[in-house]
Amino acid sequence: MVLRAPSATAGNVERTATDGFGARGGDDRHARIFRRFRASDMETRATLTAVCDSLRRRGMGEDDLSSAELILAEVLNNVVEHAYAYGEGWIEMEINLRRDAMACIVRDQGHAMPGNTPPAPGPMRLEPPDNLPEGGFGWHIIRCLTSGLNFRRDGEHNELRFVMPLSDGD
Amino acid sequence: MDIDAVPSAAGLVVRVGETRIDAAIAIEFKEAIRGLAEGRAGPVILDLSRVNFLDSSGLGAVVAVMKLLGTDRQLQLAGLTPPVAKVFRLTRMDRIFTILDEAPTLKAAG
Repeated sequence: MVLRAPSATAGNVERTATDGFGARGGDDRHARIFRRFRASDMETRATLTAVCDSLRRRGMGEDDLSSAELILAEVLNNVVEHAYAYGEGWIEMEINLRRDAMACIVRDQGHAMPGNTPPAPGPMRLEPPDNLPEGGFGWHIIRCLTSGLNFRRDGEHNELRFVMPLSDGD
Repeated sequence: MDIDAVPSAAGLVVRVGETRIDAAIAIEFKEAIRGLAEGRAGPVILDLSRVNFLDSSGLGAVVAVMKLLGTDRQLQLAGLTPPVAKVFRLTRMDRIFTILDEAPTLKAAG
């Protein structure tokens, strides 16, 4: 995926394409959604809402939709909070919706992920009320719901890829 | 922040009018509840029936609320929509909180 240079007309851009020539023919759930937006909590919120609308229109069921939104929120929050902890920048997100899965790529120009690998937390340790963690749930959630989680650093860019299998039915 | 608190026989019912408790709002959410709950005693029931999205930021804020109430005041969660229930289940936080199907019925008039 090419990281386009920032355009003068900033803003939250969506481009979509429906691939009508899917392997098993004619299923308009084969679609590609592309979004580019400035990394911030409010932009993340707007992007998630719009992307879910797009996925819903393309037939994704509510249970899959809630998982998709949750995974994307966790990934994007991580970029906003960590990759761009000391600055600003763009996030690009490409979502490929297939019959059996949703495959995503998220790219940013922020700081590299420590160790060049996403955290793989062990089981959540839930201790007595006053010692409960307030953070650290995000990667656990992502790993619960995705497969093929893969991170690479490409020059000045971080690129995170993952796949969310779709449930049967709907 | 669209949120209010109404006393009831079962405790202080905090009704969250926001539909999303996410990174954009988590800190404000926690502070709003701190303000509504302080100076009172007894359980707090968080009515989340209008919330259809909660991420780990929101979860962290709910945990923070539990901590700020202290060990003497129980925090109960009510009306979890399926997406919100999913987050509590995935993180096993559904074993930590008392989760009610619905918030207690509130008497008319304050």
